[in-house]
Amino acid sequence: MTTKSRILPIRRLVILAVLLSLLGGAMSFQVIGSDLENPRANFWRVVREGVPAYTSTPDQGHTVLIQNSGENWREIRNGLIARISPWIIILALIGMAAFYLIVGQDKLEKPRSGVMIERFTYRERFLHWSTALLFIVMAVTGLSLLLGRFVLIPIFGHWLFSGYLQGAKVLHNYCGPLLLAGILLEFVLWVRFNIPRKIDLQWFKSMGGMIGSGPRPHIGRVNAGEKGWFWLIFIFGSAVGITGVLLDFPIWEQTRLTMQVSHVVHAVVAVLFVTVSFGHIYMGTLGMEGAFEAMWSGSVDAVWAKQNHDLWYQEKMRESTVKPDAEMS
Amino acid sequence: MARMKFLCDTERCIECNACVTACNNEHDVPWGINRRHVVTLKDGESGEKSVSVACMHCTDAPCAAVCPVDCFYTTPDGIVLHDKDLCIGCGYCFYACPFGAPQFPEQNWFAARGKMDKCTFCAGGPGPDNSVEEYKKYGRNRIAEGKLPLCAEMCATKALLAGDGNVVSDIYIQRITKRGGRPQTWGWETAYNFKSGKGENP
Repeated sequence: MTTKSRILPIRRLVILAVLLSLLGGAMSFQVIGSDLENPRANFWRVVREGVPAYTSTPDQGHTVLIQNSGENWREIRNGLIARISPWIIILALIGMAAFYLIVGQDKLEKPRSGVMIERFTYRERFLHWSTALLFIVMAVTGLSLLLGRFVLIPIFGHWLFSGYLQGAKVLHNYCGPLLLAGILLEFVLWVRFNIPRKIDLQWFKSMGGMIGSGPRPHIGRVNAGEKGWFWLIFIFGSAVGITGVLLDFPIWEQTRLTMQVSHVVHAVVAVLFVTVSFGHIYMGTLGMEGAFEAMWSGSVDAVWAKQNHDLWYQEKMRESTVKPDAEMS
Repeated sequence: MARMKFLCDTERCIECNACVTACNNEHDVPWGINRRHVVTLKDGESGEKSVSVACMHCTDAPCAAVCPVDCFYTTPDGIVLHDKDLCIGCGYCFYACPFGAPQFPEQNWFAARGKMDKCTFCAGGPGPDNSVEEYKKYGRNRIAEGKLPLCAEMCATKALLAGDGNVVSDIYIQRITKRGGRPQTWGWETAYNFKSGKGENP
């Protein structure tokens, strides 16, 4: 008797284990949401997927019980964008400083001649500087919206920061469409100078003539680096602009998903845009002697033109022999 | 300290929207804002379920996590509140919230939304309790008066429960123990007797 009663529980356990493993195997084949034994769980599983629902107050996100994309958006915005973007910008600034310390300013090789050649018309300069101003406003206010909570609140406190950000948000939302318009006007004004040509390859091969002691590449009015920046402005500007307009005008019944996706694209591209813009700002100020005067006063010294844009200089010279007073006007 | 929670019993909610009306009236919220709403799933089909939803006062609240001005705070009772004086109306809390709780008085050009408004668990906001200013911004502070949220207090079928999470779950456990573990033994299908073939399928 004693042996039998000992064996029996073991046999039962083995049978139970076999049955459980069969059940487990059967359950693993079941499709999620089709648990016939528990229809209530199936119901809520489907709801968790975000099925549309009826409500008698259908405004402002009430036509679904649970929207799942919100948590994803939160993780992407707070995790990916807010944590990584400051390092991208800091790395770009460090890289720029290192480039300045190692390579230094691209100076004029010959003394200035005093002969001035017009490089940018008044219209071009006005458009450039108004777009630049709008860009800086957008970058500062936009980065404040993304990073201010982590960077500025510890310094200024909640009250001051909230007051500033209230204004920053309004500024950001009104300047945004203006910046988009500026970028599109720039595109119209300058696209004919920025079509890629064969000589642009030469510029990339010799690193724009800034690094190393090789001969400077032949360059027309716009060099390959400037062309690259032009096209980046157009691509980044359109992406940031279109998503920005979607975020700025919540009057076309955009879904929350549209807003979340727009925000992610907007923020990611904007951070890259700001990062690349440092390169342009560097080249236009510290990086190259005489570059800032070109856009500020509109004209450049003939020596600068010959050194940095030789083909354009020759073209200008040919024009001025046809019309002797052209360069003075 | 109690951890305040809402619970809506979907077997009891009859989608009368009285919680919504009571909330709008108690807090005198602007027209167009509904701090609470009733969602009906499978509307008009067999197995229809209604749920009354407002801010769920999450422990790890997504709205608070994404707020650029950090205007949210959690009371010792676990109620998630926000400071309208800090709010800039960016709408991020609305993008993040799973339940559509944050509401805005307007949706206008240049993303003008006004200050965000949401369920306060009838606990007002920052500043002196039951002041005129608090009432104008956040509605009545019933918690400071020793009362629980009005939506649940006046729910006719007692579907919506609000209060100390332990008490709320005790009540709910009693209910489901009485009902039994499987929906086959109670509710719609038992009442209308579909399975026996005697009842009519709507």
